[in-house]
Amino acid sequence: MASMILLARYAECIFWLARYVERAENLARILDVQETFSRDTRGQQNWRSVIQINSDEARFEDRFGKEFTPETVIQFYVTDPTNPTSIQSSIRAARENARTLRPLISTEMWSQLNIFYNRLRELPPSAASPHRLSSLCAWIKEACQAHTGITEGTFYRDQGWYFYQLGRLIERADQTTRIVDIKYHHLLPSVADIGTPADVAQWNALLRSAAGYHAYRRKHPSGMRPELVAGFLLLDDFFPRSVRSCVQEADRLLTELRSRFAVRGGSAALETLDELRALLGGKTIRDVMRSGLHEFNDMIQLQLGGVGSDLAHDFFGGALQDLAGAA
Amino acid sequence: MSALAGYDPGALWCELLGGAERRQHTDVARHLDAFSLDELRNRAVAAERELYNLGITFTVYSEKDAIDRILPFDLIPRVLTADEWTHLERGVIQRVTALNAFIHDIYHDRKILKDGVVPADLVLGNANYRPEMVGVNVAHNTYVHVCGIDLVRDESGQFLVLEDNARTPSGVSYVIENRHMMQRAFPELFKGTGVRPVDSYGPKLLAAMLDIAPSHVADPRIVLLSPGVFNSAYFEHIFLAREMGVPLVEGRDLVILNDHVFMKTTAGLAPVHAIYRRIDDNFLDPKAFLPTSMLGVPGLFEAYKKGNVALANAVGTGAADDKAVYAYLPRIIKYYLDEDAILPNVETHICREADGLAYTLANLDQLVVKPVGESGGYGIVIGPKASRAELDQMRAKLIADPANFISQPVVGLSVSPTLTDDGIRPRHVDLRPFAITGRDTWVLPGGLTRVALKKGSLVVNSSQGGGSKDTWVLEA
Repeated sequence: MASMILLARYAECIFWLARYVERAENLARILDVQETFSRDTRGQQNWRSVIQINSDEARFEDRFGKEFTPETVIQFYVTDPTNPTSIQSSIRAARENARTLRPLISTEMWSQLNIFYNRLRELPPSAASPHRLSSLCAWIKEACQAHTGITEGTFYRDQGWYFYQLGRLIERADQTTRIVDIKYHHLLPSVADIGTPADVAQWNALLRSAAGYHAYRRKHPSGMRPELVAGFLLLDDFFPRSVRSCVQEADRLLTELRSRFAVRGGSAALETLDELRALLGGKTIRDVMRSGLHEFNDMIQLQLGGVGSDLAHDFFGGALQDLAGAA
Repeated sequence: MSALAGYDPGALWCELLGGAERRQHTDVARHLDAFSLDELRNRAVAAERELYNLGITFTVYSEKDAIDRILPFDLIPRVLTADEWTHLERGVIQRVTALNAFIHDIYHDRKILKDGVVPADLVLGNANYRPEMVGVNVAHNTYVHVCGIDLVRDESGQFLVLEDNARTPSGVSYVIENRHMMQRAFPELFKGTGVRPVDSYGPKLLAAMLDIAPSHVADPRIVLLSPGVFNSAYFEHIFLAREMGVPLVEGRDLVILNDHVFMKTTAGLAPVHAIYRRIDDNFLDPKAFLPTSMLGVPGLFEAYKKGNVALANAVGTGAADDKAVYAYLPRIIKYYLDEDAILPNVETHICREADGLAYTLANLDQLVVKPVGESGGYGIVIGPKASRAELDQMRAKLIADPANFISQPVVGLSVSPTLTDDGIRPRHVDLRPFAITGRDTWVLPGGLTRVALKKGSLVVNSSQGGGSKDTWVLEA
């Protein structure tokens, strides 16, 4: 068992490594779908909505003022090294975590992230222009997926693997709630648009951004209805990016981690995940809509945040800090 | 077409072709000669890109960003014959044995000081002498678990010791990564040539760590202690942790309870029994040494003194590897082992001794003068290349503080064929073999060959434009 222990700091780094890559991938997805949305008459407003969704108004305005153009928003979120929420910053953070973790992760994991970051860093600002956005996002998504694939294929399945997966799933669930929120927050209020061809195209785009278009078609061949799409993204049992799938998987992994590696912590996080799991399994999308979709998303995000801090306390050194303080 | 056309080492010893008297074209030289310069350049570019992508780099941190740089890599190997290696290996083992005996003595009976072989003030007044180590016993009386000895070669091909590194010598990761790189980038060159492998360094180091761990522990846990990602040698720390299969920890990951060392894990505290530390003595423990150190572990030295944890290298080895003590190494070897040094020093004049100072002052324009406390090639004055004003300045410093200097003749350092913008040209090289000592001493076949990439330059340090080469020890 001597080799099966995991340094608390490594657990934290691997958790965040996974989160940052997942975050970058989802931001690429959001920008991609936003570009599709923005082809309608409210295009300008839509670009602003991405900033709002991520609560980045103040930071954005410091840099670009009130210029919510496609160019500025894309630059802000893709190539801006000074914006901590840009894709470049996320991948830099992922790579810095990976640098710390190099004794633990496979050489291939490190090398791919290293090359990915260096290419991102070398992108000229002009690379983030609207007409190139789609191919740029496709490249970023692929690089993130390559990372996930290399990890799946090369990373040793000890504790580190569990913390990696937990980070990825928690981030993914959080991001899915944000993708759903974008659409509802800013497009649905216009009642006149519901069911119009432009609207259907946007729902298609939303599903595509979550890589769920084909899966949705199989589940709901009858048509594209906003509440069904939201239900699919939040509550579907089989779709790998749905909040419910992510929570179920995280719950299973944490249970397994605790039983296989004789770690004592994690009970608070597990309790929250159990609750979330029951909640997501027991509700229909109609229930959710009745009590407010946005509020529901907010509540999920809050709970997921709680899981993150519980893990930090129990596994990443928080509890040890308490102990050292007492000693 | 031939790559070696125009290569002329002149009167110097060539590491590929031998001495000026009798140049020899070995298999390696013939294989090399068959390549075009363009092909060599393409491969060199590809190899350096690969080093960069693999992150075999040292990192320069600025305020805003982390910039990764590779140690420039020359893909023409430096070749040592089996006989040359046998000689080097014996010499390195002898030197490491004497260093360990010397360090044990200066922290115990101080016989060598009492006998007047080495001036007592030179050792006891040394900034790196640790009075805290007096009377502390270490396993197998080994202090220098990892030793890097810098060697050069003169016109006749004789190896001479330039410097001992007995604290935390670095560079071994490049020895092994350079080999892997060569095997990928230049497989043709290995054809028909048996080269001794370098892959066992990690297991040998781990074995030495197990040798020195407290003997009552059945299944000791080893860790590598690094200052962290901001250290320029961080890649090497990663590399060695991986090769040994042990966790890389930082000071903040360790905690001392009741004079025992523990690491913070996801499952609570886990005991640690031996630490390969890549942190200098000063920063190791703010309670024992530099109080402002944020890198160390408070209480570590007390746990060490009580024998609850082993450290490699031991605390206090710096008193043995500076340039002042270096000058006495031939006498130290004779004193403890009653043998002559197998690897002689470069002829060294000790300026604290009247003869040495007089000789140095009389021949200043012919000598290299080195301050004894500096490393990395700083503060050195090379007589034949110095201006009148620089020599006068040096003379004044020598007279003011002779004990701070040694002087050596200018050695016509050996060269190795190196790929440059002008084609393959001779460039000066040195060699740092690495020795690991737990119970016994083992020397990694080969070592780090550093090359001064600038034409005519004698300084091989990476901080001053040096690169590295793969070092081949041929099988018998």
